[in-house]
Amino acid sequence: MLFELRDVGLARSGRQVLDSVSVEIPAGATAIVGPSGAGKSTLLRLLNRLADPDAGSVAYGDRPLAEYDPLELRRRVSLVPQLPALLDGTVASNLSYAAELARIELDCDRCLVLAGLDPEFAERDVSRLSVGEQQRAMLARALAQRPEVLLLDEPTSALDHAARDAIEATLAELRRELRISLVVVSHDPEQARRLGEWVVRLEAGRAVAAGPLERVPA
Amino acid sequence: MSGSIHVDLWQVAASLVLVAIAIAISRRRQADLERDIAVATVRSIVQLTLVGYAIKLIFEADTIWLVLVLLSVMVLFGALTARSRARTVPGAFWPLLIALSIAAASTLGLVVALGIFEPTPRYLVPVGGMVIGNAMTASAVALNRLGDEVGDSRARIEATLALGATAREAALPIVRRALRSGMITLVDSTKTTGLIFFPGTMVGMLLAGASPTDAVRLQLILLYTLLGSVAIAGLLATTLAYRNFFTPAQQLREPAEAPA
Repeated sequence: MLFELRDVGLARSGRQVLDSVSVEIPAGATAIVGPSGAGKSTLLRLLNRLADPDAGSVAYGDRPLAEYDPLELRRRVSLVPQLPALLDGTVASNLSYAAELARIELDCDRCLVLAGLDPEFAERDVSRLSVGEQQRAMLARALAQRPEVLLLDEPTSALDHAARDAIEATLAELRRELRISLVVVSHDPEQARRLGEWVVRLEAGRAVAAGPLERVPA
Repeated sequence: MSGSIHVDLWQVAASLVLVAIAIAISRRRQADLERDIAVATVRSIVQLTLVGYAIKLIFEADTIWLVLVLLSVMVLFGALTARSRARTVPGAFWPLLIALSIAAASTLGLVVALGIFEPTPRYLVPVGGMVIGNAMTASAVALNRLGDEVGDSRARIEATLALGATAREAALPIVRRALRSGMITLVDSTKTTGLIFFPGTMVGMLLAGASPTDAVRLQLILLYTLLGSVAIAGLLATTLAYRNFFTPAQQLREPAEAPA
């Protein structure tokens, strides 16, 4: 198993956001589905230790997350947030920042192409990009670290249909080309069906179903 | 450096005519400040008279220990006041206390070590008061800005942490802007000093009968001393306080449920 969550609980502002969640997430493409407020994004943030659970444990590979250096873990398990949040500067400067953190030599053009952006975007200032382009630049920045797993939080929620289809095609391509594992949070069952091979369904902070797409419909 | 002048009580009392004019204007335009002006006037009389007696005592005792006690009390109240203006920063008191203490100790220590001022109460009390007051304002402004920036930039900070950046790296642009906003007021007023306004020390020395050359030189020394203390206080306050927004596992803490 890629990730294994056992009895995970987490409360925020007196509300139980995750409640005794025990699920397994295999390598490949997993969709985390459920209504808004079900705890999907919170669960995703636990997987690279942007937050820690109050109770229970999360393991990546065979080791508990607590045994990893959080900085090293985040470079291997990269989270792309719901809304683009690039650093001031050019697309290239954002990518090289990420590559430097991971101590990896940057192939900027390849990362941009993988994320579905033309290499000429490298020198564009991020403030001049559309939301869809920013989202792709975020994806390219994550790829600059050559992560093993990409965690994607509602990757197309801010986009129109055409941009959404293009990002989904890009993600499918990444799966095929890099054999990278994806964990995608989505409130859209159609998208979960298109992207996921494995489905985890959350409702009101509880995991109500988990399994392969054919057994657990999104 | 200067002769001294004598001010009679009737002269102070006569200046209250200007306060009466301020109250009359407030009443006439219904600015609703009459009460505040009255309270401010009474407080200024009481507070300055008390401080005056305290300083007189310290000058007469002529011992460095009393000066240190007075400056320590100023630093403590400065840190408490600055904390009340930086409510969005968790645990702001200790960073502020450390920032003000070190800013005061290092700048005063330096001007004494360089031989600019003698280590006597006559110099250390007024200069120390200015140094601590300015350092307090600057670090309060800087931390206030820091809290606002962290609140506004949560998404960007988390996105940077998600790349495996340390809390320090993720907070760097914000800490930089906070320090800048704490220092900019003094830097700007130093630029325009003499053109748009006469600084207080110079005015005081001219009134007390000092030569304009001496007044200007002393004013310059004080401006540069204040620049140094404001920079040290701002740097320490922001550098120590930003850490309180993060956990040891380099996670951004949830915003406080209720302001402290």
